[in-house]
Amino acid sequence: MGILSSLILIPLVGMVVVMMLPKDNKWAARWTATVFSAVPMVQTIWLTWDYFFTKRDMSGLASSLADTMAYVEGPFEWIPSLNIQFYVGADGLSVPLLALTGLLSLISILASFGIKERVKEYFAFFLLLEAGMMGVFVALDFFLFYVFWEIMLVPMYFLIGVWGGPRKEYAAIKFFLYTLFGSIFMLVAILLLYFNTEPHTLNILTHIENGSSLPYVLQMVCFIFFFIAFAIKVPVWPFHTWLPDAHVEAPTAVSVILAGVLLKMGTYAMLRISWPMFPDALQSLALWIAVLGGIGIIYGALVSLAQKDLKKLVAYSSVSHMGYCMLALAAYNSAQAISGVMFQMVSHGLLTGGLFLLVGVLYDRAHTREIAVFGGLGVKLPIYTSIMVFFSMASLGLPGMSGFISEFMVFVGAFGASSVHPYMPYITGISVLGVVLGAAYLLRMVQRVFLGPFDMSKWGGLTEMNIREYVTVVPLMVLTLWIGMYPKPLNNLVSATLENLMEYMAR
Amino acid sequence: MDFQLPEYNLQLMLPEIVLFVWALVVLSFDLATKRKSGSAVGYLAMAGVLITGIVLAFTGHGQGFGQMFVADSMAVFFKMIFLCAAFMAIGSSFGITKDKIVNHRGEFLGLMLFSTVGMMFLASSNELLSLYVGLELTTIPLFALAAFFKDDKLSVEAGIKYLVVGAFSSALLLYGISFLYGLSGSTDLLLMRLNLAASALMDYPKVAMVFVLATITILAGLGFKLALPPFHQWAPDVYQGAPTPVTAFLSVASKAAGLVAFAKIMVIGLFAYYDPFVAPIDWGMLVGIMAGSAMIVGNVLAVRQTNMKRMLAYSSIAHAGYIMVGMLAMNELGLASVGFYMFAYMFANMGIFAVVALIEERTGSAEIPDYGGFSKSSPFLAVSMTIMLLSLTGIPPLAGFFGKFYVFAAAIRQAGSDPVHQWMYWLVGVGLLTSVVALYYYANVIRTMYFGAQTDVPRIEFTAPALTVILIGVIGTVVFGLMPNVVVEFASQIPISDMIILP
Repeated sequence: MGILSSLILIPLVGMVVVMMLPKDNKWAARWTATVFSAVPMVQTIWLTWDYFFTKRDMSGLASSLADTMAYVEGPFEWIPSLNIQFYVGADGLSVPLLALTGLLSLISILASFGIKERVKEYFAFFLLLEAGMMGVFVALDFFLFYVFWEIMLVPMYFLIGVWGGPRKEYAAIKFFLYTLFGSIFMLVAILLLYFNTEPHTLNILTHIENGSSLPYVLQMVCFIFFFIAFAIKVPVWPFHTWLPDAHVEAPTAVSVILAGVLLKMGTYAMLRISWPMFPDALQSLALWIAVLGGIGIIYGALVSLAQKDLKKLVAYSSVSHMGYCMLALAAYNSAQAISGVMFQMVSHGLLTGGLFLLVGVLYDRAHTREIAVFGGLGVKLPIYTSIMVFFSMASLGLPGMSGFISEFMVFVGAFGASSVHPYMPYITGISVLGVVLGAAYLLRMVQRVFLGPFDMSKWGGLTEMNIREYVTVVPLMVLTLWIGMYPKPLNNLVSATLENLMEYMAR
Repeated sequence: MDFQLPEYNLQLMLPEIVLFVWALVVLSFDLATKRKSGSAVGYLAMAGVLITGIVLAFTGHGQGFGQMFVADSMAVFFKMIFLCAAFMAIGSSFGITKDKIVNHRGEFLGLMLFSTVGMMFLASSNELLSLYVGLELTTIPLFALAAFFKDDKLSVEAGIKYLVVGAFSSALLLYGISFLYGLSGSTDLLLMRLNLAASALMDYPKVAMVFVLATITILAGLGFKLALPPFHQWAPDVYQGAPTPVTAFLSVASKAAGLVAFAKIMVIGLFAYYDPFVAPIDWGMLVGIMAGSAMIVGNVLAVRQTNMKRMLAYSSIAHAGYIMVGMLAMNELGLASVGFYMFAYMFANMGIFAVVALIEERTGSAEIPDYGGFSKSSPFLAVSMTIMLLSLTGIPPLAGFFGKFYVFAAAIRQAGSDPVHQWMYWLVGVGLLTSVVALYYYANVIRTMYFGAQTDVPRIEFTAPALTVILIGVIGTVVFGLMPNVVVEFASQIPISDMIILP
């Protein structure tokens, strides 16, 4: 068995093992889940290492897309009568996201040790979720892709619905319905593509290669259908309304996964599927995508500014930050912008993951997330405060941290993309306001929670972070600094693949 | 004149004969033991179904009684579905045969087997009259079964309602069949198909009105059997009132029988009239409207139901709509997708009803709000039910998802290959959008079981047969979702390819 299949299979095995553990032994479930998510994480680190040092040139040289996949397993026949195959592969686009998934999954499982009810089921669902995420990032067959894309909804639904906050039932079903609604459009698009190729195939790479020969109308229809599915996941304004609900109600670790990985699946799928597959449609619609991205940036930031709940603030900041991705994706012929998308995806995964973890740390102790009730926490919790400030600064784009690099690349790329559409520089110019607003809501939050007078009688009992909590946030801090100080390795990791994909986008 | 007797080929009918005899044995066994047969008679009936299945597997393909009785891939495939459904329905009826219908166990199980025999005849009949007889043999035992709790008002109401509606629809169907006979001069489906196609081409104005009448009466008759709107109103009441295993059997086996009848009369017999260029009335469009409204009505009305059985009744209306989408796709995927969908639907629905029956026996309630906290008291049943509900919703990688995928693939192929059938894109659109609605009410059950207030639900004890049924349901749902290939290969032998050749 190859490494990619095992990335999917090991969490699945872990799920079965966790379910078979005795009901009363909570620690057994916790540590089993940790082990079964640590193995994929080590594998993804090895994958990144191996790709970086030995395989990354492959992605640029080859003549056919199948040869640019540094790691391929399959195609194996699965349902031959419909030509459905088990076909997975990884290249520079998937490897960083696989690594992100591996890391955040392990961190989230560690962060979930505080779960006390139905521990077994919780970790079983979590491992199923991890398998689904890994699957999405490696699937090269539409059917397989769709299966993984959908299979994640089930554990997510349960994780929010069983272990969530007061309005969990509403949030869970809203998330499920929204995503399924998007997925059905993807299903139609997949079937349309399937029947419009000869011989009928569901191979994503073949479709990318043939994509530009499709009739314009079909390209538009498929592009828009895929876009709806992916945009709901990202989420792009105006499809974002499920996100704040899901985030606020979800337990901390689930929020981390949701923001850190699930949102990235939308942008990943755009880069992997719809962007290179339908170049003509992309060209026609790029402006509108940029507009949606710009609206998302400004809108998300403005709404964050008005939030009273810490977690909701971070949730809306995700809308804003994913808007950067959309803006950059619209500038599809700019290498900086497309690399910027990758940087923003990874960076947002690290930063928002960190912020959600920290909000969770505070919530565990104070049992509230309302900004107004805190104040002056810096006196009592100096280390926690400095870590929180660190992530806030990174998130608002302080130079030297990953947020700055990615935002810079996004704006430079999008600003220069006037060849996509003459309005691009203007949209970019307006979107830059989002950075200012980002600084405003994050600094305001920091000021109101950590500075000012401290209410000893109310919050005197708060304690500093424990070892487990350090273990969960420190890796994210290290990576944030690393990418911020020395972005070159990540850029080298992704550039060959992205250049190759951009050739398809600009056909 | 040299008169030749038709080839009987009686051995082709062996499965039906075995099951028929077995039904008599079951009946008399209960009498012979002076109504004290206990659960033994149930095991006996299950064994009979199993043996019939084995016999069926070893009975070859061919034609008997001239061309009136055929055993082809479609017949065998659907007979398998009927037998599986009967097996699972009997398995989930051990609770009620133990407590509630102590004095009529033999009749209960015997009637169920007779009904199954009727379905099997129906699947093999290649001629309108034997098809009609098969359909009657299917439904008449079901009238009695629906009213089997004779002290329960709802059950009696269900029985009467089903009887009236069933008789009415049979009459309509028969009326339509008589028109078809008048138009074509034959009751043999293949001959009828040829003659009708010829008459459509040659003296079209003369036959037009009669043909329209025939189509409408037949569609109404079959529409009642399949509970397609606007002929669906009976379904929720009957499903709610009938004993739960009977409801399960009705919703799966009887529906599959209706589908076979539809496929035989409409898809095979009236093939030529599917095309609006040839026919005075394009029955494809008509059925398309019925299918679309079935998906909308079924799914939307299911949302408001608080009774599990009523909810499943509406959902079964919706599923009939999805299946009709596949039926309308007259290509090599069409009937195969119908077969697969039915197969997947069978596992999930029979399994769910088995769980519902268990809960009903224990708590006396099939109301969804009473399922609160069920996941804690009976985790296995809750997980099983969740998996099967998700399959009905169409969440991959469960069998129900592949069924939907297959059906919509067939429809999209049809819509894309023939500009006349572009309206099928709309049907696909309706189907997919309503399947999002479906998620809401299926998830509502899951929500109640898992997230809801933890009411004191007693632990549900289950018997071995019920456990078997639920396991078959879950395993079938999962295995055929991951490896649909086995069934797809089988289903795609359903000979649409030779049907499609226009005479």
